[in-house]
Amino acid sequence: MNCKQLLLSKKAACNAHGEDSSYFLGWQEYEKNPYHPITNPHGIIQMGLAENQLSFDLIESWLARNPDSTAFKSEGVSVFRELALFQDYHGLPAFKHAMAEFMEELRGNKVAFDPRKLVLTAGSTSANEILIFCLGEPGDAFLVPTPYYPGFDRDLKWRTGAEIIPIHCSSSNGFRITKPALEEAYHQAQQQKLRVKGVLVTNPSNPLGTTLAHRELETLIDFIVAKGIHLISDEIYSGTNFDSPGFISVAEAITERGEEVADRVHIVYSLSKDLGLPGFRVGAIHSQNEAVVSTATKMSSFGLISSQTQYFLSLLLSDKEFTANYIAENKKRLRERQKRLTEALRTIGISCLESNAGLFCWVDMRHLLKTKTPEGEMELWKRIVHDVGLNISPGSSCHCNEPGWFRVCFANMSEETLDISMERLKSFVLSGDGRGKIGRGPRRLIKWVRAISAFDRRSER
Amino acid sequence: MTRGSDGEKRSRPHQPHPPSRSNGPAMRIVVPLQGVVQGRGGLVLGSLLPCALFYFLQLYLKRHRSPKNDPSASASASASIIPRTLSRGQLSPRAQPPLSARAAALARPDDDDSLYYAGLRRCAADPYHPTRNPDGVIQLGLAENQLSLDLVQEWLVKNAKEALLGEDKEEGLNIRGLATYQPFDGSIDLKMVTNAVAGFMGQVMRGSVSFNPSQIVLTSGATPAIEILSFCLADTGNAFLVPSPYYPGWDRDIKWRSRVELVPVPCRSTDNFSFSIAALERAYTQAKKRGLKVRAVLISNPSNPVGNLVNKETLYGLLEFVTEKNIHLISDEIFAGSTHGKTKFVSVAEVLDAEALDKSRVHIIYGLSKDLSLPGFRVGVIYSYNENVLNAASKLARFSSVSAPTQRLLVSMLSDSMFISEYLETNRERLQRMYRLFVDALKQLGIECAGSSGGFYCWVDMSKFIQSYSEKGEQKLWDKLLTIAKVNVTPGSSCHCIEPGWFRLCFTTSTEKDIPVVIQRIRKVTESHRMSH
Repeated sequence: MNCKQLLLSKKAACNAHGEDSSYFLGWQEYEKNPYHPITNPHGIIQMGLAENQLSFDLIESWLARNPDSTAFKSEGVSVFRELALFQDYHGLPAFKHAMAEFMEELRGNKVAFDPRKLVLTAGSTSANEILIFCLGEPGDAFLVPTPYYPGFDRDLKWRTGAEIIPIHCSSSNGFRITKPALEEAYHQAQQQKLRVKGVLVTNPSNPLGTTLAHRELETLIDFIVAKGIHLISDEIYSGTNFDSPGFISVAEAITERGEEVADRVHIVYSLSKDLGLPGFRVGAIHSQNEAVVSTATKMSSFGLISSQTQYFLSLLLSDKEFTANYIAENKKRLRERQKRLTEALRTIGISCLESNAGLFCWVDMRHLLKTKTPEGEMELWKRIVHDVGLNISPGSSCHCNEPGWFRVCFANMSEETLDISMERLKSFVLSGDGRGKIGRGPRRLIKWVRAISAFDRRSER
Repeated sequence: MTRGSDGEKRSRPHQPHPPSRSNGPAMRIVVPLQGVVQGRGGLVLGSLLPCALFYFLQLYLKRHRSPKNDPSASASASASIIPRTLSRGQLSPRAQPPLSARAAALARPDDDDSLYYAGLRRCAADPYHPTRNPDGVIQLGLAENQLSLDLVQEWLVKNAKEALLGEDKEEGLNIRGLATYQPFDGSIDLKMVTNAVAGFMGQVMRGSVSFNPSQIVLTSGATPAIEILSFCLADTGNAFLVPSPYYPGWDRDIKWRSRVELVPVPCRSTDNFSFSIAALERAYTQAKKRGLKVRAVLISNPSNPVGNLVNKETLYGLLEFVTEKNIHLISDEIFAGSTHGKTKFVSVAEVLDAEALDKSRVHIIYGLSKDLSLPGFRVGVIYSYNENVLNAASKLARFSSVSAPTQRLLVSMLSDSMFISEYLETNRERLQRMYRLFVDALKQLGIECAGSSGGFYCWVDMSKFIQSYSEKGEQKLWDKLLTIAKVNVTPGSSCHCIEPGWFRLCFTTSTEKDIPVVIQRIRKVTESHRMSH
């Protein structure tokens, strides 16, 4: 039966989902040939997944001590009925309290979070999108410092219709946000006749692994006040600050400022990174702005957290002994792991941006580029994925305008696997393959990229 | 009307007002111009002069316009949606950073919401309990099934721990498998969850159709499922045709962020509120005349709020209709397992299976909130025959994904086909029993119900108890029921029913013992109406 072609919406048919970027393509390559120590020792090692797998045992031992936590019981009494029917978008009160307190604990209890100003969402992906829906119209712009998490291109822009204007940061000052860079980005937006509604920063930063300095926070806050816009601070890595300087939340930075500043500042959080529970889909927005909280709460209907999960986590996070121990131990393990990576890289003559947080390092491979261009970076990346067998994230996918930087994750694998990946990289670098074959490269690269973009894919930070 | 015009209006009580915002002084300029415009002033004068004078007229009006009428820039795009009493930002003393129009529209006080939500709130504030709060508001406005929760609970008591923490043969470690990243349309082992859900759906349809797991996209509830489909099938400003009365939640779920219009296709009590293809045809033509591009027909089957089922012939007719118009069909079958009558439920999937029809335009919404009584766990399903839609929806599902522990629990529960089969059967029996008791009890009060074979509610005709046969009259009765009888019911107007006086009463949040209490409460209102008429 002949039928006219059914049209999808423009949103569904377009590529704004951003999943054709190299960030996701690397994922696909990995999935076709994933490393396994026994069954596939020559496969591709996943170093592009910013996931924390170092501290599962801590949660497992908590589970072993608290078996009733998964049995829908509270002190022997079943709470199943209440949970089964619970779909209030205001969230489970016990969980919100526990969440707010946990967030305070991560900030050394230097700030207070009001559970009533907390909005629960199915992951920070949902939280970020909701905030953009609340703050901007289709066509409005948000300024985001580069390099930034590739997923933002999809999460912030796709359904909302918003635009991202990059605030270019450079290695000359450690990729710090400066006032001139902010002004330049704002100016760019105006040139494109876009109305700027806010700035969105990730602190600690993905992919840099650094925390914002006090000076940077002040600059940011001054800037948004001057321009009359909002500030979204994505603090989902706040529990991964394993080294000094300490993490300063924007919540802390605004404590001296007045109410009108508090109304413009919104924090996004999630348990995916700090607790290593991305599959649980737990995100949150905290804001002093009542209108934002009210609207975001209603919008969270489109991404509520399972009551089963809320209940379980309220028990886990209320155990203060557990949380204190977990936070400290987790940071210790992250620090050790990061050192292991940076040391190994140093012996190969590769340096990293000095970092104190995150689940990854921002690695400087500029000296390995054949040409210091985006094409050169792509060529090196392709070689590292295929010849070395490491999936790392090229800086261009994070909108870094200096070719040669790569994000390498260290917390999603065992120590042995990390060591193997460094061995492989060592062989590659020392054998001089870094400046190896060229020529057919670019054309084949394009063909390859096109071929892969037809596949389905996974996507993650 | 501008403030400035009030003075002029009062001095000319019989002056017919022009539909535009122009006022008295403007008329004094415009009327004489008519002659010029009509060409009596010659071609040049007839065209140039009016333009020039019109320009000056606009200038004059602008200068005299009251400042309150000047909408903020962000609101102008959606001026028709936003009420003139904008966000609180305009009233508060300090300058608030502007929100989006979407946010401003919803940040307003809750009283502006539809009665559907208002009633739910008032009930939540003073909920009935037979012993602890016998004078509280009885909830009959929430389509939630509490009749068979004990069965699910029993299963969980036996199996939950095993289901959640049991040995994962592949991974070995328990929490690791549970916690790590997943494709956003399912779980780590996507096939396991979609297999389980597909199997469950097949059982719900009593084996009349089998569902393909690869055509399933999981979402955190049916609410995001319908929103995601709206984003996939329509652009901003396009429309869906929806037979009314329909589920009040769609007004928010579909119109809000995806900005798709809903065009109601009114159904009548004379047809037991079944829709006809002829009515769809009329609505389609009318929508087209209004410049609306219709992208899909959206139905619920079993219907919410009426509870009737769509028969096979109508489904065929519907498929022909959407094929002819080259649009989509969305069938919300979330109550498919909650049928209680003798009529057999026929899913659109069954009709598609049987015929060589173009399937790529058909999409089914499903979920576990109704049939499995688990709204809190947030599990919804988009089932589509269109690969492109599945591709897009599976990417969009990242904003609304199902929590991993819940996925794991479900794989276990839904794979226990014996439990599921017993559950579905017992649940249907209990629904049937409760429905009958309710309907018979309401009959005693002289309240008739529309024919219904599914869902958790009765669609009842209380038009004889409203004073004025209008939406206002219905609202008054709704209010009486809430404040005097202290029962929360859903008025037909919230469901866009064009016949006043119909209400949706849910019977699944009460026990058999509550029924006499409900009747006695409602009698207060029906009696007082009888006595005063």
